[in-house]
Amino acid sequence: MDRVAVTGEAAELLRSLTEAHGPLMFHQSGGCCDGSAPMCYPDGEFLLGGADVHLGDLDVGLDRAVPVWMSKAQFEYWSHTHLTIDVVPGRGAGFSLEAPHGVRFLIRSRLLTDEEYAGASS
Amino acid sequence: MTVYAAPGQPDSLVTVASRYGHYIGGQWVDPIKGGYFENISPVNGKPFTEVGRGTEEDIEAALDAAHAAAPAWGKASATVRANILNKIADVMEAHLTEIAVAETWENGKPVRETLAADIPLAVDHFRYFAGVLRAQEGSAGELDETTVAYHFHEPLGVVGQIIPWNFPILMAVWKLAPALAAGNAVVLKPAEQTPWSILKLMELIGDLLPAGVVNVVNGFGVEAGKPLASSSRVAKVAFTGETTTGRLIMQYASQNIIPVTLELGGKSPNIFFESVADERDAFYDKALEGFTMFALNQGEVCTCPSRALVQRSIYSDFVHDAVKRVEQVKQGNPLDDTTMIGAQASNDQLEKILSYIEIGKEEGAKLLTGGERAILDGDLAEGYYVTPTVFEGDNSMRIFQEEIFGPVVSLTGFDEEADALKVANDTLYGLGAGVWTRDGAQAYRAGREIQAGRVWTNCYHLYPAGAAFGGYKQSGIGRENHKMMLDHYQQTKNLLVSYSPDALGFF
Repeated sequence: MDRVAVTGEAAELLRSLTEAHGPLMFHQSGGCCDGSAPMCYPDGEFLLGGADVHLGDLDVGLDRAVPVWMSKAQFEYWSHTHLTIDVVPGRGAGFSLEAPHGVRFLIRSRLLTDEEYAGASS
Repeated sequence: MTVYAAPGQPDSLVTVASRYGHYIGGQWVDPIKGGYFENISPVNGKPFTEVGRGTEEDIEAALDAAHAAAPAWGKASATVRANILNKIADVMEAHLTEIAVAETWENGKPVRETLAADIPLAVDHFRYFAGVLRAQEGSAGELDETTVAYHFHEPLGVVGQIIPWNFPILMAVWKLAPALAAGNAVVLKPAEQTPWSILKLMELIGDLLPAGVVNVVNGFGVEAGKPLASSSRVAKVAFTGETTTGRLIMQYASQNIIPVTLELGGKSPNIFFESVADERDAFYDKALEGFTMFALNQGEVCTCPSRALVQRSIYSDFVHDAVKRVEQVKQGNPLDDTTMIGAQASNDQLEKILSYIEIGKEEGAKLLTGGERAILDGDLAEGYYVTPTVFEGDNSMRIFQEEIFGPVVSLTGFDEEADALKVANDTLYGLGAGVWTRDGAQAYRAGREIQAGRVWTNCYHLYPAGAAFGGYKQSGIGRENHKMMLDHYQQTKNLLVSYSPDALGFF
């Protein structure tokens, strides 16, 4: 089951960021200020470990899909929602790669359907 | 009623240049690569100046200046340093209104808050750290008749500070005042959403400090923040923001083996026990204001009381009165001193809040009031305004678990004290909390049981210097706003001295 998806505009941005920075990754943030925003880094910049959950991979037509991660503790509270990564005009903080382009990745959420949820927890 | 003219207008208290460089080594300098970026006022959604787009080269130049200044500043007497902090406070106080207007234009918050809270608190913060520095002493421990352990406080040297956009000046001062008091030189990176007001402050206070003691480099996180946070030339990094960036900063710090302090937000519970409604008196009215505090600073506060827990025995009447109070919050031009709620700080923040309002509805939370973007009249139509919003739901919903960072409170009921405390602690975070009750023993029990660094008891959103502020759990590491903060910016030097002429006898 897919837990994550990406809009056409965000996919386009991921392709151009990949040209500039190489393969990418997302880690979903929590907490204040720009918390709850997905942070986009060069793959490997952010050290992952047992405290993280791999939510899925975004196929945006690149050689390598873009993996999306979240901390395991946060996933406990997010596990019933499907996430779509979108992009809006703005100026996110943090060290996410898109900010200098005057745009910001943003999460759009919907509840998983009952079938999806059953599939996810089985 | 006063409506302040927008900065840059002929009749404004605040002038605006067409562009601003970095403040490095006591000088205003262009970015080395020459880049600038537009700075937008959230009040009307329009750019009003340009600010330097810093890169690693600028951070290195700022670190050079800081390292040149740090030794003399660190050896300056406590009196000298404290006197300078007091002078900074005096100058800020003398220019309080213009700083407040600049901060409102920068961030979107109502000028009645910047006039009455942000800037007066910043002034007081410098005075507090001037005071505690003068009173700080090392120690001398007589370990035995001829052996004495002397403990001295020494500055760390050069520190990096990354500032959030929700209180651009106050949060900068929370970090600057203790770092400077403790004898450090600073390279400070403001948020890219709010890079300008701190520069207006530096125009006023920069000359009071020796050149290079405070250096301000603007720019984007990935281009300027990261080179600062990962530099092997800083002795400590302080950051306020969110958890993923917090982890990244710890990761960089681990490579340099330096300490960090992190303030990463929360999802603060605000608990109203039934005794609140025993009388319809001044305290009841205060509690209703306490409920409404989620709208302070448009909800863009790490300790926003964004989960309201109300005991079921009083739920119906209290919530009725509380929602009525929320609906009296006056939204409008932030530069009008009767406005109570202004603009969200940026477009992406606005978008994020609206997306959470959508998911709240989708999760089945009931909207009691608000829940939409407010389009103001005339010039302000493109500003980023959200009406104060009250959702009713349960604690498993995402709007109860994630910091929306907007004027949105998620409300639920509880039966017993134990239930309230269970729900209050059922969160990843532990920064702030509120407890409202007329029962002193209950206030004490609840306050001690809640896993949060600050429990406001029969009050909320007070930030006086002298009350430690910081998080439990994933809300961060370290404390601000208290003299213990000096320790976060100092090394301990121990001189272990023997006054005995006799060999130990081992060799």
